[in-house]
Amino acid sequence: MCTVCGCGSGETRIESAEKSNGKSRSAGGLFLTNAHVHAADQAHEHVHADGTRHSHGHAHSHPHDHDHAHADATGADAHEYHRHDLGLIDYGQGPARAHAPGLTQARMVQIEQDILGKNNAYAAANRAFLDQRGILALNLVSSPGSGKTTLLVKLIERLHGRLAVAVIEGDQQTSNDAERVRATGAPAIQVNTGKGCHLDAHMVGHAIEHLAPKDGSVLFIENVGNLVCPAAFDLGEAHKVVILSVTEGEDKPLKYPDMFAAAGLMVLSKTDLLPHLDFDVGAAIANARKVNPSIKVLPVSARTGDGLDSLAQWIMAARTMSFPAHPAPAAAALVQGG
Amino acid sequence: MHEMAISESILGILEDEARRQSYRRVKKVWLEIGPFAGIETEALRFTFDVVTKGTLADSAALEIVATDARAWCLPCERSVEIAQRFDCCPICGGHQLQMTSGDEMRIKELEVE
Repeated sequence: MCTVCGCGSGETRIESAEKSNGKSRSAGGLFLTNAHVHAADQAHEHVHADGTRHSHGHAHSHPHDHDHAHADATGADAHEYHRHDLGLIDYGQGPARAHAPGLTQARMVQIEQDILGKNNAYAAANRAFLDQRGILALNLVSSPGSGKTTLLVKLIERLHGRLAVAVIEGDQQTSNDAERVRATGAPAIQVNTGKGCHLDAHMVGHAIEHLAPKDGSVLFIENVGNLVCPAAFDLGEAHKVVILSVTEGEDKPLKYPDMFAAAGLMVLSKTDLLPHLDFDVGAAIANARKVNPSIKVLPVSARTGDGLDSLAQWIMAARTMSFPAHPAPAAAALVQGG
Repeated sequence: MHEMAISESILGILEDEARRQSYRRVKKVWLEIGPFAGIETEALRFTFDVVTKGTLADSAALEIVATDARAWCLPCERSVEIAQRFDCCPICGGHQLQMTSGDEMRIKELEVE
């Protein structure tokens, strides 16, 4: 277990690159790229047997199935509070460069740091990577059971031959969703967040590395089903797309305003069920616009296919508007080249 | 429960700053949290205590400074105070508001030794 955050080994898991392309389905296909992933490059503090402490930071994640044990060399330069090599304990390394018994060295430090700054830095790196390659990333967010994966599968079929597609699937556990997407032929990679309630930009950065989406493609990031936390975590996407199913109630935008405020598009899903429900479409849209006056709305039924073409056209238009100088590969090339 | 992740991020910043500004203990942390930051302050206090156990910020006090939420009303062409994201403009009653502040989530300053 990690002594900093208390996360257990193997909590965050990203599937292997081979599996994401559907080439390998071997048993136990999930492997631990990140035995634990920290949201930020947190420092680990260690306590040695002699009672001295040091900490070291690491900006990367690393697989390990044990508690930290590392060569002395890695920590040698990180002993910052006092030195204890060669039997010397030197308290002159403290904040005030001196130590007097009974006198504390308290002082104020102004830092003015954005708490989500680390996540935002990873998100900016993801965005720069995607922009360079003309890849439109869409972060799909909704409550669990709104039909995100079903909609995605139908949408991928609709986009076939028009745009190359790749998918990052986020769930607490299982790779069921990635398998459903791979059945369409699109490359997909599953990220299991373990105890986490949202994807963060660091996890998505690793997933993009493994997935290697094609230049000029659209990358769907299906977030963990949760209308609360994913609103705060930028992943580097071009747009958040919030999916609200008509079985959920038209006041959801008011109950979970952060998510609807962060989204550029609201997809009203399962519209084929409207005849059986009291759901008021007008009220749902009005509520969403109270929270976010500029939100776009598209009603869609994945079952009947109603509205799917409009959604596919919105995605293609969004890609063109984001990258006017980077046209999508010709449709013919996609059909032949896969 | 993303307050746990937020607490981990705060601790990460405290530890990074400890290296940069050479301090060994954090006694107090001042946070600026807006009403729309999506942070439940009680949950943040709880998870901060849990996350900082045995670290340089063990038993550090959290001082949470709540900020105002303001929005620019397009029809009125002025800045107004709002209490919720879906509030209407207190002057004209319209919903054409652009939020200008309220989602802050920053560490302002630290008391360290």
